Order: sequence, then structure tokens, then C-alpha cells
Amino acid sequence: MSVSAPAPGRAMPAPLPKPARLNPWDLVRAGVSGVVGRPVRAVLSALGIAIGVAAMVAVLGISAASQAQIAGQLEQLGTNLLRVTAGKTFFGDQSKLPENADEMVRRIGPVRQASATGAVPDTTVRRSNKVDPRETGGISVNAARLNLLELLGAKVRSGTWLNEATARYPSVVLGSLAAERLGITAPGQQVYLGNQWFTVAGILDEVPLAPEIDRSALVGWQVAKEQLGFDGHPTTVYERSSDESVEVVRDVLAQTVNPQSPNEVEVSRPSDALAAQLAAKSTFTGLFLGLGAVALLVGGVGVANTMVVSVLERRSEIGLRRALGAGRGQIRKQFRTEAVLLSGAGGVAGVLLGLGISAAYAVSSGWPVVVPITAIGAGVGASVLIGTLAGWFPAGRAARMSPTAALTGG
Amino acid sequence: MTRVPVIELENVSRIYPGGVTALRSVSMRIEAGELLAVVGPSGSGKSTMLQMMGTLDRPSSGVVRLLGHDVAELDDRQLSAVRANWIGFVFQQFFLTAHHTAAENVATGLLYGGVSPAQRKERAVAALRRVGLGHRVDHRPAELSGGERQRVAIARALVGRPAIVLADEPTGALDSRSGSGVVELLRELNAEGTTIAVITHDTTLAASLPRQVAILDGAVQRDTAAEPGEVGP
Repeated sequence: MSVSAPAPGRAMPAPLPKPARLNPWDLVRAGVSGVVGRPVRAVLSALGIAIGVAAMVAVLGISAASQAQIAGQLEQLGTNLLRVTAGKTFFGDQSKLPENADEMVRRIGPVRQASATGAVPDTTVRRSNKVDPRETGGISVNAARLNLLELLGAKVRSGTWLNEATARYPSVVLGSLAAERLGITAPGQQVYLGNQWFTVAGILDEVPLAPEIDRSALVGWQVAKEQLGFDGHPTTVYERSSDESVEVVRDVLAQTVNPQSPNEVEVSRPSDALAAQLAAKSTFTGLFLGLGAVALLVGGVGVANTMVVSVLERRSEIGLRRALGAGRGQIRKQFRTEAVLLSGAGGVAGVLLGLGISAAYAVSSGWPVVVPITAIGAGVGASVLIGTLAGWFPAGRAARMSPTAALTGG
Repeated sequence: MTRVPVIELENVSRIYPGGVTALRSVSMRIEAGELLAVVGPSGSGKSTMLQMMGTLDRPSSGVVRLLGHDVAELDDRQLSAVRANWIGFVFQQFFLTAHHTAAENVATGLLYGGVSPAQRKERAVAALRRVGLGHRVDHRPAELSGGERQRVAIARALVGRPAIVLADEPTGALDSRSGSGVVELLRELNAEGTTIAVITHDTTLAASLPRQVAILDGAVQRDTAAEPGEVGP
């Protein structure tokens, strides 16, 4: 700092005052003052940010809730279920599992329980004998072991499951979808199965781990063999083992049920489908998140626009502040602070709105309410970042404005 | 030891881009404790004078000194500090913040001087009392009369105890009664030791002050300080 040298005979100049720093709290207060001075405009421009953040938080919240729901379902259903189906032979024919395939599986060490269904060939189930037998509605007729229900963790919605007695008689239990397609709402009604009337004993709830059951009409093993021409060979075997031994069991299953040609057997893990659903959800989340980000960007442009207009309108305020001793840097900081506050307020409002939406959606879907912590952080963080960027140019402009232009322009 | 003049203009010219000459080689000194009027019709260059004296603008040529410091040698931060500490501005349009109380408006005068918030508030209330508005501390500008608003603006200019108060047409937006009240206040403040320069086109107002510097076409036409016997020091 150079001080002009006093001319001879002239008194010493007074020491220069030291430039003072604006403390952060004063800076925030100046920013708040700028925002509340024009409440309607502040609300409108913060709204853009709020909508963007709300969209992102809501999407993340909803997807987190639905994932928690699926994860909870997985937990409840267990991932230890394996399904063995008779595949195709080398020549493309339907291969067969041995008649006692489920018993053989049960003998594998870690297996706790095994059950089976057997497709009854060339048999359809219809609402009545007047319906064309070719209109199956996608419903297959299967013979079921009595322990199938317990093994799959399936629940009877109404009526009863098959028992030793009804398994010998023309009784049928319908999967949820099968019942819906046949128009059966209560047990006791009759359906035309094969070429005779069967009484509906029960209707099942949805079976998340075995959707094929939903589309099945299940009859007793014995009645299927005696009256429907079923050969007694299971087509699908289900088994449960301890969680740790799933892979071990998986490796030996094919050989166990079909020692001659293990390659014809297909082994699958139904919970994988749910796990895949989990993964698919996150893909969708990414997409929606992208849309939310676009909304946020548009909101940022809105804030930038508001700030530009604000700087033009507030020439006299800028001039006054300069006259009162504000340096360029302090004016710049004030407008940047204002932009961040504007955008940040929008971000906080958006987070609250988004949480509200996702909670409401989760509750209405019967999902657990999940608070997406990262989404909250990201929402507020993104809005602050956008405010910083949006305030950059207008604040620079305000700072460069000459004090006289600012005053005379007012 | 002679005292340093508060403001000293030495052959100051200001030529705006485009070639308009607003000031041509103006020289004048303002000593501490003076009350003077810079008077001239509109377009005479008196507003440019105010900007030069208030360090809001820099001269195209010549030297402007504040308490002995050449303005040209100070950077923006230093100049801002000079304005924050040494100069108090009063504007014709008051420039009060509508949603702030009188005390908050006055306290803004200390915002850039590094004064703590508590002190700002205390000193703002004291300054408002000084200008006769002790009962209006928590009123907003809309609840005040024009004269009261200008008093708030004067309190804001005073609150930092500046070396000089520059008042730009302080009565310009006021009726004659409020106007004379404001002039009376300026006299009182000067009597207490505040150096005040009033920039005005009002010759009657100017004539009522101890010293007049008449400006026409960017040049000093007459400075009563140069006429011996009229001004004390």
C-alpha cells in the first residue's frame, strides 16, 4: 500500500482505515434481506428448484420403499427355494422326471423338504362344458403333492387346500390368476376339468416365488392318475434347504433327479427373479433421477434468471451499499449468498415435499416408509450447488457495476 | 501543525466516454468543520463533483485527496474502506430499505465498517435520537413522513462518525417545511463539529450556508472561501 507522500509544509495524512470483513452472519442477513424483500418472486423462483428436488427425492423415496418391500418379501419368502423342471431332451422332446423325483431330492443331505407338481397333459379347465376346450386361458392343470402349499409358503385365500381325502376326488384348488380368469370367486363352485365337473375346494393367494402356481388348477395326485390320464411323473420339483447349502444342493440336484441325463434337467432359483426385480427397480430409478435432474437444472436457470433481473432492478441498492462502503467482493458475496439461499430454500422445501409424496405413496401401496437419507443430502447439496452456479454470473455483474451507474440508474 | 484538508480537489477534470466534459480543472479544499454548499443548475457538473468527493468515481485527470490520500492510489478495497469510515452520504431519494426498520436502516451504515451487530444497533438508536427520531426506532420507512425518512438517511450517514457528510439535494424531495427542518438539523450537526457539504441547485438554501462554491459548466465560478473574511479558518 502506497501512501501519497506529503508535500513539504503539508500535514501528515490520516492513517487509512482498514478494510473490514463482513462476518458470515451479516452476509447471510444481507442475503435473506434481499430474498424477503421480494417474497413472491423468491417463492416462484425457488419453486422451480423445489419441484426438481421433490421429484428426485420422491423417486428415490418411492423406489427405496418398493425395494424395501421386495427385500422384505425376499426375506420372508426365503431365498432357499430351488425349482427343478423336466427340460427338453437332446432331440427336443419333453423329458420326464422319475416318478419319485421329490423323494429322491428329499434324500439329499441338506434338503429339508421337497414337493412336486406334475402337468396333466391334454387337459384343460373351463367355466363349463359349453366353452371351447381350446380356450385354456393360459391355465394349466397340475397334480400337486399335498405338502406343496407349505413348502411354497403359499396361503389359501378362501376355502381349503387339498387333503388326503379330497386328493382322491374331483376337487380342485385354483391359483389366484386361474380363479380370476375362470370367474370363480368362492369355493364350492364347479368347473369343467378334462371332461367332468370338479368342485373348487379353495382359491390360493398369489405365490410370489412360484407364479406358475397362480396360473394353475391343482388337483390331487391320485385323482389325476385315476381320472385324468396323468402318468404320475412330476414335471416340477420344489425343494428347500438351509440358506448356506443352496449352492451345494443346486450342484447335485440335476444328477439326483435324472442320473442318466442330468443335462435335460433345468434347475432354477425363483428368488432370483425377485432379486432381478430389485435390480430392475434401480435401473428405473436412474431414469427418473435423470428426469429430476433436468427439472433441477431448469430450476437453476430460473434462479439465475431471477438473480439477473434482481441485479438490474437493484442498481440503487447496490449503489447505496457501495456508497456505504461495500467493496466489490462484498457485493459479489452478497448476491452469491442470496442465490444460494434462494436455491437452498427451494431445495429444503423440495426435500420435504418429496418425502411427503414418497411416504404417502408408500403408505397407499402398503410398503414400508423409507427415508432416503442420501436423497435428502443429495437434494439439498444439489440445490446449494446450483444456487452457487446460478449466482455466479449475476453476482459478478453486480460487483462490476460502478457505484455511480448504480446510483443514477435507480 | 496545519490540519489536513478533509477533501482536496486539484485540477480535477472528468470527461465521460463519448467526450462530455463534466468537470474542467476544478480545484477546491474542504477543511474539517466546514458547512458548505456546492451550488449550480442541473447539468453544471455538481453531481460529478459529489461523485469525485465521495470517491464513487475517479477523475480523468487531476488529483482527489481524502485526508491527504490520493484516491488514484487506492484500490477498490481501500476505497470502500474510505467510504465506510470517512464519508457519509445523504441522497435526495433517501434510499432506505422498505422492509427494514429505521434502526436497521441506520445500522446498515455501519455494516461495512467492521462494527459488531450489537454495537451497530446501539449506535443506530443513538444516531436516530440525535436526529430527533428516538420515537421512530422500530418504524418502517412507509410509516414515516418524507422529512422523517430524510432524517433516518442523515442518521445513517452520521452513524459511522465520518470525516465528512456529503448531502446530495437533501431537501429536493421534501416540502419546504420538512426541508428547512432538515437544513436546521444539518446546521446543528455542523455546530457539533461534523463537516458537511451540501450539493444543491437551490440558491436560497446555498445562501443560507456559511460557504458557497458555485459551479457552472463544469468549472468553479465562485468560491466564497477564496474571499477573505467570509470563512473562519
